[in-house]
Amino acid sequence: MSDTLMTIHLKVWRQDAPTQPGKFVQYTVPGVNPHMSFLEMFDLLNEQLSAKGEIPVEFDNDCREGICGSCSMVINGMPHGPQRGTAACQLHMRHFKDGDHVVVEPWRAAAFPMIRDLVVDRTSLDRIIAAGGYISTNTGAPPDANSLPVSKDDSDRAFDYAACIGCGACVAACPNASASLFTAAKIGHLALLPQGAPERKRRVINMVEQMEKEGFGDCSNHGECEAACPKEISISAIAMMRREYVKAVVGG
Amino acid sequence: MSQTPTHPKLDAKIPSGHISEKWTNFKSTAKLVNPNNKRKHTIIVVGTGLAGGSAAASLAELGYNVKAFCVQDSGRRAHSIAAQGGINAAKNYPNDGDSIWRLFYDTVKGGDYRAREGNVYRLAQISNNIIDQCVAQGVPFAREYSGLLANRSFGGAQVSRTFYARGQTGQQLLLGAYQAMEKMVGAGKIQMYARHEMLDLVVVDGKARGIIVRDLVTGEIERHAADAVLLCTGGYGNVYYLSTNAKNSNVTAAWRCFKRGAFFANPCFTQIHPTCIPVSGDYQSKLTLMSESLRNDGRVWVPKNIGDKRSPEQIPEAERDYYLERKYPSFGNLVPRDVASRNAKEQADGGKGVGETGMAVYLDFADSIRRLGDSTISERYGNLFQMYEKITGDDPYKVPMRIYPAVHYTMGGLWVDYHLMSTIPGLFVLGEANFSDHGANRLGASALMQGLADGYFVIPYTLGNYIANNTFPKVDESSDAFAATEAEARGRIGQLLNVNGSRTVQDYHRSLGKVMWDYVGMGRTREGLQHAITEIGKMREEYWQNVKIPGSPDTMNKSLEFAGRVADFMELGELMARDALQREESCGGHFREEYQTEEGEAKRDDENFSFAAAWEYQGEGALPTMNKEPLTFEYVAPSQRSYK
Repeated sequence: MSDTLMTIHLKVWRQDAPTQPGKFVQYTVPGVNPHMSFLEMFDLLNEQLSAKGEIPVEFDNDCREGICGSCSMVINGMPHGPQRGTAACQLHMRHFKDGDHVVVEPWRAAAFPMIRDLVVDRTSLDRIIAAGGYISTNTGAPPDANSLPVSKDDSDRAFDYAACIGCGACVAACPNASASLFTAAKIGHLALLPQGAPERKRRVINMVEQMEKEGFGDCSNHGECEAACPKEISISAIAMMRREYVKAVVGG
Repeated sequence: MSQTPTHPKLDAKIPSGHISEKWTNFKSTAKLVNPNNKRKHTIIVVGTGLAGGSAAASLAELGYNVKAFCVQDSGRRAHSIAAQGGINAAKNYPNDGDSIWRLFYDTVKGGDYRAREGNVYRLAQISNNIIDQCVAQGVPFAREYSGLLANRSFGGAQVSRTFYARGQTGQQLLLGAYQAMEKMVGAGKIQMYARHEMLDLVVVDGKARGIIVRDLVTGEIERHAADAVLLCTGGYGNVYYLSTNAKNSNVTAAWRCFKRGAFFANPCFTQIHPTCIPVSGDYQSKLTLMSESLRNDGRVWVPKNIGDKRSPEQIPEAERDYYLERKYPSFGNLVPRDVASRNAKEQADGGKGVGETGMAVYLDFADSIRRLGDSTISERYGNLFQMYEKITGDDPYKVPMRIYPAVHYTMGGLWVDYHLMSTIPGLFVLGEANFSDHGANRLGASALMQGLADGYFVIPYTLGNYIANNTFPKVDESSDAFAATEAEARGRIGQLLNVNGSRTVQDYHRSLGKVMWDYVGMGRTREGLQHAITEIGKMREEYWQNVKIPGSPDTMNKSLEFAGRVADFMELGELMARDALQREESCGGHFREEYQTEEGEAKRDDENFSFAAAWEYQGEGALPTMNKEPLTFEYVAPSQRSYK
């Protein structure tokens, strides 16, 4: 692999505060190594800005290995960028070419209020979990872990849904800014396990209601969420959430 | 060596009785708080990883009012989320000879006899409750076709006691704790303060009674009062700049407590994890761990000949050195982390390292793929292989992985007694932030176990005992103690911003990291440590004259956040070097090159160093003093670790 340094032309959304208008600002970043991650390129940009006495670009990031769900950049119109199943922190510059122009924006959704630059407030997702995304087992002495067998298939499917990292890319990708995939992934995870059964009905009703209250849109089957999801969570979760919801509301 | 601590505050408060009865004895005699009184007590929990999340949820369920703080934008993002491999428990489901005793024994031995027996035994006892609790919460652990839980052997264990959720065990356990916490947020028993950073501890009448925090969105400084403070802020591996820790992991909260009178124990005990993706260049911002479960099926090797730069498939079997299998026939690729790391360094230092930089060794899956097939390997390690390919561009199904050690975990931390209380009454320290259970080296899959043990099952009892045994005169947030501590925190921010120099925070952090890695890393010498102390001293001085922090204190400003953290890391780095210098022996992750056996293994000195070094702050400009808590081994007789 070539280590020839590249120059990348960025157009980055800058906004000081929610109350102030934002705008795109162009930056040219020389010295980009193809082995760098996309966020390391932003580190480089920020070092260059700091050296010039300018204010660095704020962006959320933490683990930088695709599991904490902090990073949240729309890169050339795609949440987390062009590589499937990849969070922005795991996107490497070898997927770009010298001289490329790249547009970087924050997640945009009514339920994700702007904080600064590329940073938005995603606590609405926490509130959806607080509304029912749990099994109400208090810390104590539950039965032995092996007292209730769970079929491997169900357990594996539950895991597929539980893999959600809560980044909100599904919301950013959705034309309706719906949090359906996020919400459905948690409902699916817990509905597939026998431990989750007693609260199945109230869980789906409360979580779906909270999602609406937060101002997320409805799902109209565009499927953009699945394509943007860094953990490739299947949209089948949403179908399952709908069945769960109908069963809970209609009874049966 | 004397069996009494050199400082009266270092009473470990180990309960009486046989080791298997100590925890039961404590629980039977601990004082209880009346259910109706619990709601009258506010408890602050700083950090929402496995320790903090599980503590916040459990205490709120008991009825306490909990205020939980984290620097991330959500409690779910704490760095526990990134733990891959698994969590140990002494369930003995596979019927392969495991027991609480054996887990206890392995942990004490693995820690190279520098942990407290009483604490470790309790940890082993609690391990089984954790698995039950997590399964009840819906944590999707791996299962067999029978529907029962699957186990695997992990990092040097000769029994299969590790429970796992693909390569995302930390994520699933943390989500379990986070969901339990959110449940109590929904119930109004936890107030959650995300994007808040603890800047200082408020001590009133000798007790921890509150904290000063900065709202990382608005820059506002806030005061929060409570009856006890639980510090669950993780480890300090980022002192090395490059580590497997998340970017926001830092020592500031713990360091502030140190400066308020909490002793800092064994700071030099750091764990260098053997299986990380090697450094590729100067721009690198962090290192990525590849779970050591990979060593179950991967074989570590280097070329036999120095400077052999052929690609791996061109090197015939006879010209490969599977050095771990050769040197340690009974443990092979599964030797403990410190041994595996040191051996990789030895190969690279000897000119046999591979890859462009020569700072790597191979971890080869070809044999396992031949034996088990792609699909089995994919089921076990699919997401890890994918992660490796994303980062390096190489496909590990076809090309051996390149791995190298990286800083991963810190066994040192704030000193705590058996109750997890620091030397400041009312300040409890849980999880990686404390020092107690792993000694000089932590075994694989034991960090998750300890974080959850502390939060779910220890603190609900020991905190209750503290609350019931003390009185809590009302502390007002407008009182002088809060005002004075806040003024100091504001002063530090002002001082940093006023420097207005020319070098960025990141630049300093990189330089600090390099000194730490070179001189306080895998191999340490007297001269090197003295050199590090001098270098860091100079760097600290320069920092306060020449650091450049753009932006304002009244907005989100990551440069400012990191500036405070790096200032604290510099002070800690110096203390680590001092601690490593005084410990004239090699044990676990602490390898002093002067103290090794003829075969190059760590040589402990139990006669003189069987103690926890608890450092005490003596004021600005003065050297911290070292106190000793002697370690006694009644149940596991210290022996030279051998993995041959």
